[in-house]
Amino acid sequence: MRVVLAEDLFLLRDGLVRLLQAYDFEIAAAVESGPELDRALAELEPDVAVVDVRLPPTLTDEGLQCALRARRARPGLPVLVLSQHVEQLYARELLADGNGGVGYLLKDRVFDAEQFVDAVRRVASGGTAMDPQVIQQLLSRRAADEQRPLQRLTPRELEVLELMAQGRSNAAIAAQLVVTERAIAKHTSNIFAKLGLEVSDDDNRRVLAVLAYLDQDR
Amino acid sequence: MVRAAVRGLGLSAVLLPGAVLCYTLALVSIALIPIGVGLVTTPWVLGGVRAFADWRRRLAERWGGVSISSAYRPIPEDANPWARTVAMLGDPATWRDLRWLMVDMSAGYLTALLPAVLVLWPIEGFALALGLWRVFPDDYWYGFVPVSDQASAFGAAALGGVVLLVAHRYAVDALQLHFRLTKALLSPSQAELAERVRILTQTRRDAVDTSAAELRRIERDLHDGAQARLVAMGMDLNTIEMLIEKDPEQAKRLIAQTRKSSVDALAELRDLVRGIHPPVLAERGLGDAVRALALRLPVATEVSVELPGRGDAPVESAAYFAVSEVLTNAVKHSGADRIWVDLHHEDGMLRISVTDNGKGGAVVSPGSGLAGVERRLGTFDGVLAVSSPAGGPTMVTMEIPCALS
Repeated sequence: MRVVLAEDLFLLRDGLVRLLQAYDFEIAAAVESGPELDRALAELEPDVAVVDVRLPPTLTDEGLQCALRARRARPGLPVLVLSQHVEQLYARELLADGNGGVGYLLKDRVFDAEQFVDAVRRVASGGTAMDPQVIQQLLSRRAADEQRPLQRLTPRELEVLELMAQGRSNAAIAAQLVVTERAIAKHTSNIFAKLGLEVSDDDNRRVLAVLAYLDQDR
Repeated sequence: MVRAAVRGLGLSAVLLPGAVLCYTLALVSIALIPIGVGLVTTPWVLGGVRAFADWRRRLAERWGGVSISSAYRPIPEDANPWARTVAMLGDPATWRDLRWLMVDMSAGYLTALLPAVLVLWPIEGFALALGLWRVFPDDYWYGFVPVSDQASAFGAAALGGVVLLVAHRYAVDALQLHFRLTKALLSPSQAELAERVRILTQTRRDAVDTSAAELRRIERDLHDGAQARLVAMGMDLNTIEMLIEKDPEQAKRLIAQTRKSSVDALAELRDLVRGIHPPVLAERGLGDAVRALALRLPVATEVSVELPGRGDAPVESAAYFAVSEVLTNAVKHSGADRIWVDLHHEDGMLRISVTDNGKGGAVVSPGSGLAGVERRLGTFDGVLAVSSPAGGPTMVTMEIPCALS
């Protein structure tokens, strides 16, 4: 799997390259600025891009802008965005085109190599990887609202919803909660019924529907 | 010379009705305050007086090269009529304007008219000499020259010539005199400048105090938080090094613990950074930073932003923390279930309003969060006004003079 990596701090870039190579990713390019990233994404056609939000020369949200531009040029181009802080505002922009193949994680998540690599793979295959912090923000906002159907979910269903919104598959959720995949499937169909969402067999569609539900304006 | 005469004539034609109208309306409106009508009209009328005075300031600058500084105390756009009236009447600049209007409609009028008179009057003298004297009765006087025949008409023409010479030499100066008179009456007085210096000293001291307190807080947070965690992690790594061969299981457990420590340290640093200068503010500017802030609130918040550019970093930061504090207040105390934030920039002012549909009754009491916001904004000559009748809604408006780039 070919990866384009953009990170301006040498130590982190170096660490990420080694981590990804250890898990058999091919690093097509490891760049350190916005313009270089633009070029790499246009010319190298990677399977997935791992991008830091803040990149030179502006040191603002250059990385995010490059990623959004590249996805406009090539809809669905898998992009995993890393940042020192996560903002629902940015998550919303990344998800806006509804194409999937999007990840948005805190840089700390790299510490857990297995989970991080799993997220990269998921994004590369058109799935979603949202940082638990983003999901918690969404859920806590929703939960504060009394008339909302979220109140009708059981604690276990909320747990499943949270993991599902992060982009995990039923199998992964089952493994994390130490239950069978069938139990999870039952929970998810209950959740969808209670929230009034259309059931879909496609994992990615399902995640996007949940995220859209959580993020809709009250 | 002719230009000065034309300008003086035009000016005096507008000046007299303008000044008289402004003056009478202002007096009537202020006199009507006790019966309430004045409360509504006074801010409008005084606003008009200020616009008139500012127009004359610009004219003095453009036509006479006389620059007159305009120093009115800022008044929040959305303050209620009572607050506006009180603020305007408390501003010495208002009374200075009214004094100026009185002089303007007398001496100011005459000095504006003088160049025109100096230029136009000689024309009559020449016209008399050219035969106009025949039309007038015998005892017609042109200045101090009695005009009764052609010879005396020539005398009138001679006088006109002399006046014209005077006009040629002094017409421009006469108009200049008018602008100097305006400057003398419309410039901020020594006392106002002293007041300004007092406010600047005060806000500077507040700013220094605030930033010193902030630095102390950051030092303490780093010392007790991230720094302590890093020390603990260093010690853990030491232990892991010792254990790794003797007791690999224990070592693995410690590694997991160390990793968790590093995650916690990062989370603490992230919160600290957010308190110093939020990353979204640096990356996106005030509008998106406030949008991101609103998304974190437990209360549904609508944000509308109309900012054509970005302000200076210190102003953006002050505005952000002001909005943040006001929003926190609203969420904590108002019991509102909806909040509206509006940010826009006009006439060199950044205007922010935060409205909630809560129970009202908010006041700027000393030591409260709002007083802190007021102090912080003061550093940038910004102002804050609160309108919060019992029963709501509460509206907090802030204004900061700033340029966007």
